[in-house]
Amino acid sequence: MTATRRTVLTGAAATSAVLTMPGLVRAQAPQIKIGILQPVTGALAQDGEYGRIGAEIGLNEINAAGGIKSMGGATLQMVFGDARSNPEGGTAEVERMQSEGVAAIVGGFASPICLAASQAASRYDIPYIVDVGVSDQIVNRGLKNTFRLGPGFGTVTAAALDNLVKLNDAAGKPAKTVVIVHEDGLFGSGMAKLMNAELPNRGFEIMETIAHPTPSRDMSNVALRIKSLNPDLVVPSSYYGEFVLLARTLQQQKIRPKGVYAVLNGAASNFRFVKEFPEAANLVMDCNHWADPRKPKTATVRAAAEKDGRFWLYNTPLNYSCVRLLADAIERAGSADRAKVTEALANSTFSDHIMPYGPTKFVNGQNTGAAPVNTQVQNGDIKVIFPAEFADAKPVFPAT
Amino acid sequence: MKGASWLSIGVVAAMLVALPLLLTSNVALNFITFAGIITLAAQGWNILAGYGGQFSFGHAAFFGTGAYAMALLQVRLGLNPWLALPIAIAIGGVVGFLIGALSFRARLRGSYFALVTLAFAEVLRILTNALSFTGGAAGVLIPLRVGSDNMQFRDARVLCWLVLAFVVGALCLTYAIARSRFGAYLVAVRENEDAARALGVDTFLVKLKAITVSAMLTAAAGCLYAQKSLYLDAGIGFGPWISIDALLAPIVGGIGTVFGPLVGAAALLGLGEVTKTLIASLTGGAAPGVDLIVFGALLILSVAFAPQGLMGLVRVLRPASKGGA
Amino acid sequence: MLKPDIIIAAVANGLLTGAVYALIALGLTLVYGVLHIINFAHGAILTAAMFAVFVCHQVFRIDPYLAVFVLTPLFFGLGYVLQRYVIDPASHGNDSNILLVTLGLSIVIENALLATFRSDTRSIDVPYGFSVLEVGPLLLSVPKVIAFVTSFAVAVLLGLLLVKTDTGKAIRAVAKEKAGSALVGISVEHIYAVTFGIGAACLAIAACLLMPTYLVNPRSGDAFVLVAFTIVVLGGMGSIGGALAGGLIIGIVESLSGLFLGESLGQIGIFLIFILVLLVKPTGFSGARV
Repeated sequence: MTATRRTVLTGAAATSAVLTMPGLVRAQAPQIKIGILQPVTGALAQDGEYGRIGAEIGLNEINAAGGIKSMGGATLQMVFGDARSNPEGGTAEVERMQSEGVAAIVGGFASPICLAASQAASRYDIPYIVDVGVSDQIVNRGLKNTFRLGPGFGTVTAAALDNLVKLNDAAGKPAKTVVIVHEDGLFGSGMAKLMNAELPNRGFEIMETIAHPTPSRDMSNVALRIKSLNPDLVVPSSYYGEFVLLARTLQQQKIRPKGVYAVLNGAASNFRFVKEFPEAANLVMDCNHWADPRKPKTATVRAAAEKDGRFWLYNTPLNYSCVRLLADAIERAGSADRAKVTEALANSTFSDHIMPYGPTKFVNGQNTGAAPVNTQVQNGDIKVIFPAEFADAKPVFPAT
Repeated sequence: MKGASWLSIGVVAAMLVALPLLLTSNVALNFITFAGIITLAAQGWNILAGYGGQFSFGHAAFFGTGAYAMALLQVRLGLNPWLALPIAIAIGGVVGFLIGALSFRARLRGSYFALVTLAFAEVLRILTNALSFTGGAAGVLIPLRVGSDNMQFRDARVLCWLVLAFVVGALCLTYAIARSRFGAYLVAVRENEDAARALGVDTFLVKLKAITVSAMLTAAAGCLYAQKSLYLDAGIGFGPWISIDALLAPIVGGIGTVFGPLVGAAALLGLGEVTKTLIASLTGGAAPGVDLIVFGALLILSVAFAPQGLMGLVRVLRPASKGGA
Repeated sequence: MLKPDIIIAAVANGLLTGAVYALIALGLTLVYGVLHIINFAHGAILTAAMFAVFVCHQVFRIDPYLAVFVLTPLFFGLGYVLQRYVIDPASHGNDSNILLVTLGLSIVIENALLATFRSDTRSIDVPYGFSVLEVGPLLLSVPKVIAFVTSFAVAVLLGLLLVKTDTGKAIRAVAKEKAGSALVGISVEHIYAVTFGIGAACLAIAACLLMPTYLVNPRSGDAFVLVAFTIVVLGGMGSIGGALAGGLIIGIVESLSGLFLGESLGQIGIFLIFILVLLVKPTGFSGARV
């Protein structure tokens, strides 16, 4: 219970700190309601919470800096909805947010939730900014209200493929054989399918593709298969728990492939994993969403996010950036009117986000500049190794 | 079944029809539509378990079959949803028949029957997630095309009424069964299957009929859910959540009564919404789980104070109701 | 295509994992055999026990293998109190109400853990967490071997308890004939509570054995529930030996079908076996009565 009280009290303290800053409290400044939708209970609660934190940091920062200036310093008020880790929960929260008169909604996290929630929002023309949900179907339905700041599934897997080939070529092609391990849900299966179709064309040999459920009680047999096949490369696409189990089992069984090249992995770019199991995490690579390490704001946001013993992962900077994008759109629209905000988003060229994308450019709701980056765990830190313009370290490959 | 009558069903039906006219907010409409779908699924469960005494933990098998059949018939075969609906319900009935035939043939009862239905539901879930025919892990997306010919309505009230119409239909069906000879046999099986068989009742056939009807109702709920959400995956269609909701609602409402599932679904979902909204307004999302703690505690308390379900409370409060048919 | 080495290793993995499954199923089968209830809160209690191990290690610096001596009696007490003062009074002994109450309990426990510990997945790092035992070509994880041995020991102990002690005899009496037991002066409520407590205690032990190699978040226990149910039915409800044998068999089935069909589709192996056994011999190996 102490954690709950502490969180509530911290929130209250932060709010009161913001409110007492001189010059900010104007009784007549309007409040703009922003719906923040995240699954904070149920199976996806871990990711949902980090997304919520990112959104909260973004909103607090905007308000602390004077709110929406083109609307007389209007502050953004969070209307939070727990999507309960299922699409129906997301839909119900969208309906509630609509009744509260939100100007826009940000979040969703999981593709099924994003699909349902953005669709429900479209009935009322509420602009909906998807934070993570990578399914390509989200932006292919012709819904004018739906925008996605981050890359979709096709982009991520294509980049993962290209960067793997580049990485391998740059190291003198040490890797040829691959074992793919993937969670049996949407992104894992989709990733495996694409890899199976494309990797052979690029000179790799896929020895085996192993699907596993989430949750998995045990990954020893997966490790066993990897050991017996002895591939050069292991390509895992799993949620946090399963990858941690796999990595630990690989370490214990003394299985050391030339490289572990994860894609959209829940643990490979997660500081909790890196801090708690440094040996198992060392030199693991990931192709995933990640904050741009060069932007000065990234460090600030990270510091705010790491309070209360939390860790840095991609959900926080992505949601922070989505909220900033929205605020910019409202600022330029000069109004919280949904149609105007939607239009402002559609022609947005926002660049003050902390993601490794250039200025935003939305085509059919998808930010075309969005792309994942490649990271690698080196010396207990997560470094960006590709693309070169965002990199802050050189790849260490092969690992053995 | 005490307290039900064609008159009371008529009154309830009128109230349900009036609901979307009185509570016009979209939050309310969404809630009523979803609650109606859960009610329908629960009404299916209630026939098999409440009247027939065969508790199932795997009604997701029928819900998911209906939902996926509805979706796939439209997406893969291009069928119009109004045509797909009865077909999908029939497919749900077939699945119910098959599961029933296997399980009742093997004389499974009580907890064994419950657990085997759970296993069937899980098998279907895993298969649906693995096979590309069902869309695999990516699920099935029904293309958005608003039009009443396409069972996608611009006015949210229409879908709400459609769902409520099914609910009323299920009320009538349940009542009719309860008053029929089949219903009497069903209750006899519930009370003492061996005695019933000794008296010449073909218990196997009775249970088989019950599970088929039960499956069809729950499959119908799945079909309507598919049209409401337009997106399905294996976890949504066949996940434990719907098996649990389908059994919680009738137990809370009053198992083996006509109105039990309706009252129970409304109470359960309503309670969930109230706790969620209340706690959310107090904590702003900073304390996840607290509302569910309250919900769970209230659930336990409701059982403690209304052991016969909410309909049981009604019976207690109206001792002079006319005798059941 | 698959070398015999791998198959042997998979069987070994299956045995090791299966023993822990068996321990988790032990509590469930006892509760079913005596109280005739399906305890939906089983997974949540396991999660709570795993968090307890986490807290013991992170806050009190107690190693899981020592914490077991503290947590086992603690969870026994918790289980006793839950059954005697929450489940029984709320449900009035009615089957469908017991379902509701245990479901409600599982919601309360899971979300209380969520509210207290947040949703992050936690693990503990013990020095022997990565130790291996070399047996021929096999590299067996030491914590898992310890878990295997301990599960057997617990099963044997429990068996002895049921046969040799007065409480054990009372438990068996109540399981067989509730009314008669009451008539001879056995307090049925007390025995029910004791049985439930034993079930929770088994979960505490299982948690201590799992945590060195596993992880915990508010939903971890749920992953083991379906498997536990399967084992209970397979082994015969109420049979300790059945739960042990069932656990090992399910462990091997899961392992081998995972090997041949892939981990994801392989889960089907467990449920297919489950369905087959039920359709062919519903009372499981031990032939225990419903």
